[in-house]
Amino acid sequence: MECVLGIACNDFVILASDMTNAHSILVNKQDEDKMFKLSDRLLMAVTGESGDTTQFAEYIEKNIQLYKMRNGYELSPPAAANFTRRNLADSLRSRSPYMVNFLLAGYSERTGPELYWMDYLASMIKTPFATHGYGGMFSIGIMDRYYRPDLTEQEAYEILKKCVAEIQKRLIINLPNFQVKVLDKDGIHALGVIKSQNLTA
Amino acid sequence: MARRYDTRTTIFSPEGRLYQVEYAMEAIGHAGTCLGILASDGIVLAAERRNTNKLLDEVFFSEKIYQLNADMVCSVAGITSDANVLTNELRLISQRYLLQYGESIPCEQLVSWLCDVKQAYTQYGGKRPFGVSLLYAGWDHQYGFQLYQSDPSGNYGGWKATCIGNNSAAAVSMLKQEYKEGETNLDDALALAIRVMSKTMDATKLTPDKLELATLTRHDNKTFIKVLPVAQVKTLIADHEKKEAAEAAKSKPPTTS
Repeated sequence: MECVLGIACNDFVILASDMTNAHSILVNKQDEDKMFKLSDRLLMAVTGESGDTTQFAEYIEKNIQLYKMRNGYELSPPAAANFTRRNLADSLRSRSPYMVNFLLAGYSERTGPELYWMDYLASMIKTPFATHGYGGMFSIGIMDRYYRPDLTEQEAYEILKKCVAEIQKRLIINLPNFQVKVLDKDGIHALGVIKSQNLTA
Repeated sequence: MARRYDTRTTIFSPEGRLYQVEYAMEAIGHAGTCLGILASDGIVLAAERRNTNKLLDEVFFSEKIYQLNADMVCSVAGITSDANVLTNELRLISQRYLLQYGESIPCEQLVSWLCDVKQAYTQYGGKRPFGVSLLYAGWDHQYGFQLYQSDPSGNYGGWKATCIGNNSAAAVSMLKQEYKEGETNLDDALALAIRVMSKTMDATKLTPDKLELATLTRHDNKTFIKVLPVAQVKTLIADHEKKEAAEAAKSKPPTTS
């Protein structure tokens, strides 16, 4: 039902996530924030069981903050991704595993912008673009067609708009709003929400 | 009366001292000398080998220098059996970190974790402290090349050049005089290590079988840790002796014919 999208280019990572909170056949709200700021340079867009998503994201966030407090410097994005994966893998083999799927965006001077894809089975890959959810099935082809490593922020945003338009045209599920955030050398900032009424106009 | 405050590690003496910890430090004062020097392009560790007997089977290539993980190496001074336990613990800590984060442990974190173990033995349950001081040489993304020293109390510190073990005070003061900050490269550091070791070791003449040397360098984004082979140590010692002889000849007053 839910959908998150992500694209990593030469000097930024851009994430988009739908803003629908639904239970069974009922839509609760259309302005839910599914992105978690783990640190100044780490951003996670999470889907999955709704209690688990918040619980898991906050647990990872607090541990990443604790690491910074203990050591005076932050975990690098690859280390943070590995740490997250390890926790999810341990959780999977416990009595009560977390049912979460997410994209993790990171930026550091050493590694540049990075995008990690991870699912509830704790499989992880680092890719230039990735998706989660049914919406992703319509988006991945568009991303594949239009992706270039040297995209500008605006161009990447346009690609996401194309993806969202396709999702809203072809997917039977109603996902009207997508929030978009960019992570680059200056940190995390939000771009305008992609709304269905704006797209058709 | 004298034995009232030194039989258990957990008890302070009336002067506020922990005798067992101080005795452990004393034990290290008699151990073979180890020294470390930070250079601009690497780190040198040097260790005095005490167990030299021609009947000894050379199973161990290196007696006092241990690689801990991909980016760190240490040398130990003190009770060898205690040191084995600690190096094993250091390797475990490194691997645990690697498993969790997928990266090598930053140097100071490894030192700090081990020092927590060492400290626990000065506080809990009637155990004796580890009679080991260590020198750690390492590299990490955060701070580059680093040299640390830790002692039985669990204290540690970062150094540009330092020494532990027998005669270490003399060696440190020598290093203080001769170490040139920021303009020491690996070759200078090796020469300095040999010069200091030759002055501070008990042996009258420095021989390759009494000295272990290791270097830690970086090439192509990879750390290289090398325990120098005997032949190379031999040439380094020969170079040192040649220089010494030249110095002696220069300082000798000209003889009148």
